This record gives sequence, structure tokens and C-alpha cells, in this order.
Amino acid sequence: MSLLTEGAELARPAGTGARAEPSIASVGDYIALLKPRVMSLVVFTALVGMVVAPGHLNPVVGFISLLCIAIGAGAAGALNMWYDADVDAVMARTSARPIPAGHITRGEALGFGMTLAVGSVAMLGLAANWLAAGLLAFTIFFYVAIYTMWLKRATPQNIVIGGAAGAFPPMVGWAATTGGIGVESILLFLIIFFWTPPHFWALSLWRSDDYARAGIPMLPVVSGPAETRRQILIYSLVLAPLGVLPWLIGYAGVLYGATALVGGAGMIALAIRVKRESGLTGAKQLFGFSILYLFVLFAMLFADDRLAHLLGWTV
Amino acid sequence: MTAMAQHGEHDDQEGVVLTQEQKRRRRARSIAIALALAALVVLFYALTIVKVGLHPIKPP
Repeated sequence: MSLLTEGAELARPAGTGARAEPSIASVGDYIALLKPRVMSLVVFTALVGMVVAPGHLNPVVGFISLLCIAIGAGAAGALNMWYDADVDAVMARTSARPIPAGHITRGEALGFGMTLAVGSVAMLGLAANWLAAGLLAFTIFFYVAIYTMWLKRATPQNIVIGGAAGAFPPMVGWAATTGGIGVESILLFLIIFFWTPPHFWALSLWRSDDYARAGIPMLPVVSGPAETRRQILIYSLVLAPLGVLPWLIGYAGVLYGATALVGGAGMIALAIRVKRESGLTGAKQLFGFSILYLFVLFAMLFADDRLAHLLGWTV
Repeated sequence: MTAMAQHGEHDDQEGVVLTQEQKRRRRARSIAIALALAALVVLFYALTIVKVGLHPIKPP
């Protein structure tokens, strides 16, 4: 059975005949396929990577590049939903997504995702440069093939290695402006890379039943909550100093440095709480705080850079 | 709404008859595709103008 016919079978509501039904997908269903919430963080971190990179990018080219990165991220989300439709259907958090809900067939999601992936990469190559386009293509490939198709169902380290996909966007933004990959952009990559495990494992602590039901070997399912809490603390202890590093090497200013110090301390304090307690309050707080931490950290990097340009400082 | 009404009815003589909801959603999808294509035209136009502006063609 081909993927397309298999997808049509999966999405067809029970009790209907053998003939394919007319689509009942709304525009909102297709937007949901793009995972807009994930996309917003991708766009934001890519924008910061683009703006803080040395050099000048024409605003029109910059806007188109950012749009391509957003659409590329959305394409990866759609392809993730195409492949994970079976898993999504049995998890409470994802059962209302367009494919398990029967609004969109897997074949439609595959076609939509592939079209956007190819289109966004080609457009980024034409608008900015082919290094940025290549990095965007690799990011989509990594998220779909390496994370979704392989690691997610194979190892409890899925989100550790797979987290690289979410860490690439600032590097893509940086490459769009400079045409290269600097040490600073690798640092931004590492911050998101080490931020991902405590963020996702905090979520998985109270969603472990969901993951177990779907057969996903998340760390709390395979190694238990105690080991997950220990790993959250270890990664938070690595993340906090990494977050301060751009300031220490003179790449970011005091505004960023102070934010990174306070935010990093907050991450460690919450991770210690998660490690000590047996309930889920700390894990939920850490999950929420981790989003705020990453957002504020990148916002301060942005603000620092703009302030330095405005006042003629060199940080 | 019954499952049949929600997903359209089959008639071997007339083919698939769309429900009002299916027609409404198909129209919305068509408009979205048209807007996306129009946006693409604008983006390619703007990009061309910018690229030509950045690297003007010099007469021989």
C-alpha cells in the first residue's frame, strides 16, 4: 500500500464507502498543520540571528528570508503530522490535530508539506543565498527524517538529538545575512540545543501516560521520573553558563549578560525544585519559565544589538 | 449533522453531491490559494526589483 493510499485510509471516517470523500478541510486546518506556535519561536530566533549578525541585509530580502524560514518550519510541522498521524491519534494532546480528526488526509498533508518545503528552500536560495537555503533544507530534513521518522520512536534521547532541528533557525538567519556560519551563530545554536531537553522533559513528566500509550520512548516512560528529573537538572546546569557565554566572550552587552545570569539562575532553581519534589507543580513551572527564558534571552540579544547600533557602541 | 451529510452524498448517476458546508470550505480554500499565489507574485516582483537595484545591469 502506498503512503498516499494508506493516508487516505487513515483519514477516512469509519463507516464510509471505498470511494474517496470530498475534502472537508478548512483553511484553518491547513494553518494548524504548520504548527503556528512552534513556528512563532522559530521565526523569532531566526529574526534575532539575522539582525545580530554582522553585515547588512536589505529589508525586503530580510523579510522574504524570514518568511521562507517560517514556511520551511511550517512544512516540517506538516510533514511531522503526516508521519505521526497514528501516534497523534492516540495522544490526548494531539488527537484533535487535522489528520487524526479526519479533516485532512495524510496524502494531502504530505503534498502540502513537500510543496512548502521545496518552495521555501528554493525561494530562500534565490532571495538570500544558497548556504542559508541549504541549512533550511537540512533543518527540515533533520526534523522530519532524523527526529520524526527515526529518533522519536527509537530512543529516549529523541528530543536531545532531535532538538538540533529547533536550534538551527538562528543559524539560518545568520547565514542569510552573512553568507557564512560564525562562532556566535554556533553559540546561539548550542543555547537552544541545551534548552530543549529541560523544556520537553518538563512537559513529558506530566504527559508520560500519553507518550506511553502511543509507544513513544520518552525518558520518563523508559527510565522513570526520577532519572528524568536528574537529567533536567544536568542540562539546566549546562544551559545556564552557556546562556551567559555570548556576554563573556564580548559578543553581547551588559543588558543581555544580566538577563542571562538571572534567567539561568531561575532555570537552575526550578530544575532543583523539580529534582527534589515528587509532584508536578515544579515541572509545569519549569516548562512555562523555560519558554519565557529563551524568549527573553533572544529579545535581550536583539535589544542589546539595536542599542549598540543606536548609540554607536561596540559590545 | 449526520456522517453522510457531513461528507457529501454519493449518487451513481450524478457523482458526488457536495453539501453546503463542503462547498463553503472549498470556496474558502480556493480563495486562500488565490491569495497565496498573488502574494507570491508580489514577493517575486519585489525581490526582482531589489536584486536589480543591488546589482544594476551596466551597459557595454
